[in-house]
Amino acid sequence: MKPFESIVEDYGASVFRVCRAVVGPVDADDAWSETFLAALGAYPRLAEASDVRAWLMTIAHRKAIDLIRSRSRRAISFGELPERASTLGNPASSDSDLWGIVATLPERQRLAVAYHYLGGLPHGDTAELIGGSAESVRRASADGIAALRRFYNANSEGIPR
Amino acid sequence: MTLIPQELKRVESAHLSQLKKALSFSAERDGILDVAYRTLDTPVGLLLLAATTRGIVRVAFEAEDYGTVLEKLAELISPRILQSPSRLDDAARELDEYFAGQRKVFDLPIDFSLSKGFRLSVLEHLKHIQFGHTESYAEVAAATGRPKAVRAVGSACATNPLPVIVPCHRVLRSDGSLGGYLGGLDAKQTLLALEDAA
Repeated sequence: MKPFESIVEDYGASVFRVCRAVVGPVDADDAWSETFLAALGAYPRLAEASDVRAWLMTIAHRKAIDLIRSRSRRAISFGELPERASTLGNPASSDSDLWGIVATLPERQRLAVAYHYLGGLPHGDTAELIGGSAESVRRASADGIAALRRFYNANSEGIPR
Repeated sequence: MTLIPQELKRVESAHLSQLKKALSFSAERDGILDVAYRTLDTPVGLLLLAATTRGIVRVAFEAEDYGTVLEKLAELISPRILQSPSRLDDAARELDEYFAGQRKVFDLPIDFSLSKGFRLSVLEHLKHIQFGHTESYAEVAAATGRPKAVRAVGSACATNPLPVIVPCHRVLRSDGSLGGYLGGLDAKQTLLALEDAA
């Protein structure tokens, strides 16, 4: 087995991109850290010929769901939406507009874009993770990317940043 | 081919470095970091230092290819390896002191997991050769109870997983010539000169 340090080296950026798309930039660091800590703990038990990328993405997905659930549990217990920095409409930063739009994608599109486009998982593996068929994942990720590109094209038409 | 907005993919390497550091810290805290390592710049080149929770387990010279060294550690000790300087703080400090001429004895817990049998007995004996002193391969062989095993002593020295700290550099040929050294003869000479033992 490769030393875990090289797993972090090989997949660290990918997992971060996925976490950021799934849970948003505010919680992405936590999701990343939870993912790699869990992966490190379980690493010696990973079978030799395993698909490390798919394994990491499965852990990331579980941690992301945990995070999202605990966010909404906090909202229910306090009877209000969680306080966090708005990811929308800061004219000084187009990045935060983008993540705002990602957050408003239908969940299947967001997850399909995250695991397939950003995480590099094939459609079939992504479907195993988020449900549905490989074909429905293909459509969801294409639709999600198309929506994001529409946002991008709209923003690059003359509105000063 | 679909183009993905670059912002979706952009990750700052400084940010990733920060995340990696925090990961090492958490892993150490949770007791799941089986092997921690760092590198240290010294007069005998960049050294890789690795430690288990039992102690320092490996010292490697630059010429040994750190990728291979870490892969061997993954195979022989555990694959739960991360760069994590804090566990190696004492070792790094003592090595700095040694190279600065301020320390003659290392006071570090050592993990001898990578050695066994006769090679382990040789290393155990080497620990007793003091700063500034040397022994011949033949003397070491005699001290371990196998006076004829001179070549095996040479081989044990050549495969010492903890050079500098376990002083195989203090072993010379009977005629006073240097013999061999895993880190290269320049390194052996540097260490002996540092100790004024050449």
